[in-house]
Amino acid sequence: MKILVCISNVPDTTTKVKFIDDFKKMDVTGVQWIINPWDELSLTRALELKDNPATGIRSVTVVHVGLVGSEPTIRKALAIGADDAIRINTVPADAYFVAAQLANVLKSESYDLILCGIESSDFNGSSVGGMLAEFLELPSVSSVSGVNVENGQVIMTREIDGGKEILNVPTPVVAIVQKGITKEPRIAAMRGIMMARTKPLKVVEPIAVEALTDSVNYELPKPRAACKFIDCENPRQLIELLQNEAKII
Amino acid sequence: MSVLIFVENWDGKFKKLSFELVSYGAKLAEMLDTEVVVLSIGNVDNNELEKLGKYGASRIISAVNTDINVFDSQAYTGIIAGFAKKEAAGVVVLSNNNTGKAIAPRLSVILHAGLGAGVSKLPVSTDPFIIYKKVYSGNAFNNLVIRTDIKILTLSQNSFELIETENRAVITNAVVDWHSSSVKTRIVEVQKQSGKILLTDADVVVSGGRGMKSPDNWGPLVELAEHLGAATACSRPVSDEGWRPHEEHTGQTGKIIAPNLYFAIGISGATQHLAGVSSSKFIVAINTDKDAPIFSAAQYGIVGDAIKILPKLVEAVKELKGK
Repeated sequence: MKILVCISNVPDTTTKVKFIDDFKKMDVTGVQWIINPWDELSLTRALELKDNPATGIRSVTVVHVGLVGSEPTIRKALAIGADDAIRINTVPADAYFVAAQLANVLKSESYDLILCGIESSDFNGSSVGGMLAEFLELPSVSSVSGVNVENGQVIMTREIDGGKEILNVPTPVVAIVQKGITKEPRIAAMRGIMMARTKPLKVVEPIAVEALTDSVNYELPKPRAACKFIDCENPRQLIELLQNEAKII
Repeated sequence: MSVLIFVENWDGKFKKLSFELVSYGAKLAEMLDTEVVVLSIGNVDNNELEKLGKYGASRIISAVNTDINVFDSQAYTGIIAGFAKKEAAGVVVLSNNNTGKAIAPRLSVILHAGLGAGVSKLPVSTDPFIIYKKVYSGNAFNNLVIRTDIKILTLSQNSFELIETENRAVITNAVVDWHSSSVKTRIVEVQKQSGKILLTDADVVVSGGRGMKSPDNWGPLVELAEHLGAATACSRPVSDEGWRPHEEHTGQTGKIIAPNLYFAIGISGATQHLAGVSSSKFIVAINTDKDAPIFSAAQYGIVGDAIKILPKLVEAVKELKGK
């Protein structure tokens, strides 16, 4: 069985978000780039599955849509343990554009299980996984909080309102992954970092696709009113304020 | 042209978020000078369907197919796409919940329709069609143009006010040509947590962090939640330690919620946690550290020991509810 993990390159979550060019672009000076957290969890789970010889997983490939500046992030994925990587050489215009590029490369490959993080921490679109599945005409399961491979069968846990479903899904399939898939993201060991330099990183050129959406500009949140402090000796006053001032209880 | 709204049902019943969707869709249809059509899939009584009319639906299509017993993304998307084409939908609106997230992207490809995911208000303009959504995990907002003839929007829960009307909707039944045999996914088991208020549906949430010191201290927190009719939640370290169930973890990689009132008790307010709760209408913070980042996000705060303060809050709420 072959697993593919789609990864996007995002600013570290503690980045102070700022804009330039009349609020049209994010200011990327000094930004630390990381693998999108949900994609990192997906990759970790894929590697855990591969580590277990009973699953029959032969390889874990990562794929990314982005320019050469993303390569350190892709090498990080290889350092954590992915076997090889593919980079589609273009700016990721919007989710539809990215999914179309991925589908074009993947349609001639045969991955049994494709993992996508449910959203990226920069655009929060929750789109690429589902779009990719539709382009490839594959089944997809969303809100996946667990993936197992037992006796050649793929068993997924899907989060539903107030509970979970355990599903037996046919392959090939796209799993759109959220928290719960694994406990902690895997960290690259020294050996992994060294091996990452020589693992295959194939660069492919994009196809012509039109994005369906376009960013106009960005805004920063309006500053909230300062916090009103209540004396810790008189917490009952908080309840009074919530009732009479905020009128929320 | 029409605005088509897909409303999910839970064992034949709708929730507040269903009515939020209809209210939103009705206002959007007004902006576009077109009609609003609501699509329900599954077995829902007319009594329940009529409630949608109250929130502005002029026509309700109830797609009945007793064969559907597993939520399959491909099947649902196919059904909705069929109705979107039949009703010449210019905009399709779904919730930004788990179901909506599973359907909307697939639908976007089938209909060649640009997707605006997680909107919390009506479009900024309709020509060009510009929507406003949160990005960078809530640290910024984006004005996004959707260029296609057909648009798909997913609406964030608890972000749009319910608007009641005198409307009475026309309900028509439709049978969908979809067979369970075409779905290859099999449900092995369903695990349900009974009784508790769903965290994503709760208007009030009481949440605890590492500042609570030990799982043994949770009693008064749970009591406070009970008296407020609130759901309980926790920060990531607390769920990682196993002090509280994973389902309670709110934060960037946990649940993203937008209640009317969020109590952050013994929670420092790390960026990743705030990403999960920043859309709350009111945040109350209790923390021993006056410099904790949570106080920059909170409207009300108490600097002090939660363990001492919680029982006093419980008493105050009991009195309030007793009146």
